[in-house]
Amino acid sequence: MANKKPKVAVFKFASCDGCQLSLLDAEDELLAVADAVDIAYFPEASRKMLKGPYDIGVVEGSITTPHDVGLIREIRRMSRTLIIIGACATAGGIQALRNWKDIKEFTNIVYATPEYISTLDRSMPIASFVHVDFELRGCPINKYQLLEVINAFLNQRKPNISAYSVCVECKLKGNICIAVANGIPCLGPVTHAGCGAICPSYKRGCYGCFGPMESPNTSALSKHLFEMGQTGYDIMLAFRSFNAYALEFRKESDAYEK
Amino acid sequence: MNNSLKLESHHLNTLFNSLKRDNYTLIAPIISNGSIIYEQVNSAEELPRGWTDEQEAATYRLKKQNDNAYFSYNVSPYSWKKFLFPPHIRLFTVESKGKSFKINSSDAPIPAYAFIGVRPCELNAIKIQDKVFNNGQYTDTVYKTRREKVFIVAVNCTQAGGTCFCVSMNTGPKAKGGFDIALTEVINEDGHFFIADPGSEKGTKLMEDIPCSTARQSEIETAERLVQTTAQNMGRSLDTNDIKKLLFASLDSPYWNDVASRCLTCANCTLVCPTCFCSTVEDITDISGEHAERWRRWDSCFTMDFARVFGGNFRPSSKGRYRQWLTHKLASWIDQFGTSGCVGCGRCITWCPVGIDITEEVKRLKNEY
Repeated sequence: MANKKPKVAVFKFASCDGCQLSLLDAEDELLAVADAVDIAYFPEASRKMLKGPYDIGVVEGSITTPHDVGLIREIRRMSRTLIIIGACATAGGIQALRNWKDIKEFTNIVYATPEYISTLDRSMPIASFVHVDFELRGCPINKYQLLEVINAFLNQRKPNISAYSVCVECKLKGNICIAVANGIPCLGPVTHAGCGAICPSYKRGCYGCFGPMESPNTSALSKHLFEMGQTGYDIMLAFRSFNAYALEFRKESDAYEK
Repeated sequence: MNNSLKLESHHLNTLFNSLKRDNYTLIAPIISNGSIIYEQVNSAEELPRGWTDEQEAATYRLKKQNDNAYFSYNVSPYSWKKFLFPPHIRLFTVESKGKSFKINSSDAPIPAYAFIGVRPCELNAIKIQDKVFNNGQYTDTVYKTRREKVFIVAVNCTQAGGTCFCVSMNTGPKAKGGFDIALTEVINEDGHFFIADPGSEKGTKLMEDIPCSTARQSEIETAERLVQTTAQNMGRSLDTNDIKKLLFASLDSPYWNDVASRCLTCANCTLVCPTCFCSTVEDITDISGEHAERWRRWDSCFTMDFARVFGGNFRPSSKGRYRQWLTHKLASWIDQFGTSGCVGCGRCITWCPVGIDITEEVKRLKNEY
């Protein structure tokens, strides 16, 4: 990369900021990243705000308002490569729980003058509106995965980001399967790898923070959880969390809603 | 000729000490995180004495027993494979040098392992992996350099696990070679001892340093009977008659849709399998691109990337992937390596999160045949 440094812009929609902060959390590697790229727009980190176009647009958050819809289209036009990060951007986030409710009821209760509120009736993933070049999963994302994606982009290679189950991460680490050995309900077999199997490593069942894996058989897992003593309500709640609106998780929680 | 020796249980640790003296890194079963796994140990006292495991489809539980047996349990979730074919290993590093580059292969020392407590099914799994990784024509250096140093203390099974079916696969419960020493543990009114059978020169030599006596015929027969009882108590069985024909004729069987509706494609079965040998390589770089590394890690035919080639994925459905695994394991493996790929250890049954049972699956497939 002897020529000009690639211009990077970081944008945010409906989200908690945790994902973009994971870039700042990459303390040991941050200087190397800052050396290799031109951070042109990253309001969370710098007052410098350069105009587009950008080589990489990094987007966090879900689309929840008509204004967001216009903005994400503009960001797409300005970004040669669009990388979206985190469960909000990839699946609508935890705030997509409102997709099962009447948004008008919420605005009427929360705001004194709800007629000023302009919102979509659902919290939607970025890919529902624009073409996305790369999705990085997680609530929050794993900072090493974000560095890997940036690193791969800079070195023009394929990022080593796997879409297999969390089980593979457990097995590569040498974890003992907590579902089999302890009877703990775990979403690992249907969940996208990337976190490094944090929860199962500490004897907690996987919560599905990284959303559905590449070929999730959610109904087979639910059936087994049910046989293990989970209620239909437990199963509905398990699938309806950070990635509630991701297609396969959404279908599974809907199937157990009653 | 009777070469069997009798080793009193309180002398078991002498065996450990002799192996340590010979600079082996001892690997043996220990209790960790609610299961019995193979890890580095210093003495026989670290073995899970008086513990057993109960294994069923998708269930594994440890249980205390009222004996002081050293080996009253069955196979661990991870086989010895993780030591000979490590889950994740750096193959080499590359340094950029102006317009050229320099490759540095790994010079990390290879430990000499002594595996203590290798079950007969696992011995057979190692033999199978020898054919895959170290067959003269193709040699995997990572495997070979580790394998050639290994000292194996096998332990014949004196109890059958719930998911065991070694008798069907003709791999146990008694070790028939491929070990340096084989032990059979006996606890009865005469005491607590091991029948020790040296299986190699190394094994014979090591036993010379250990206090033991020539085993009496009655003691040998007692040990034999325990192993025979184990054979009669197999938790599972798998009918291998015409198995190749069955699998090869079942390409379009409706059965595959049925198993695909239950299979999670999570890859657990392949990762716990002691013979599954697939891996992939990943290249990583530092941000500057000056330093790169090539790593190898376990892969599985259940992942989508496994069959992804230019132009697409030739095995996109779960049905196709399960069919590939079962057909390879039980049928095409025979053509490829002259042996079944299954040793009947039952790990894929125990550690499948939804309890898919290879022995039941073969029955179902037969019913559709």
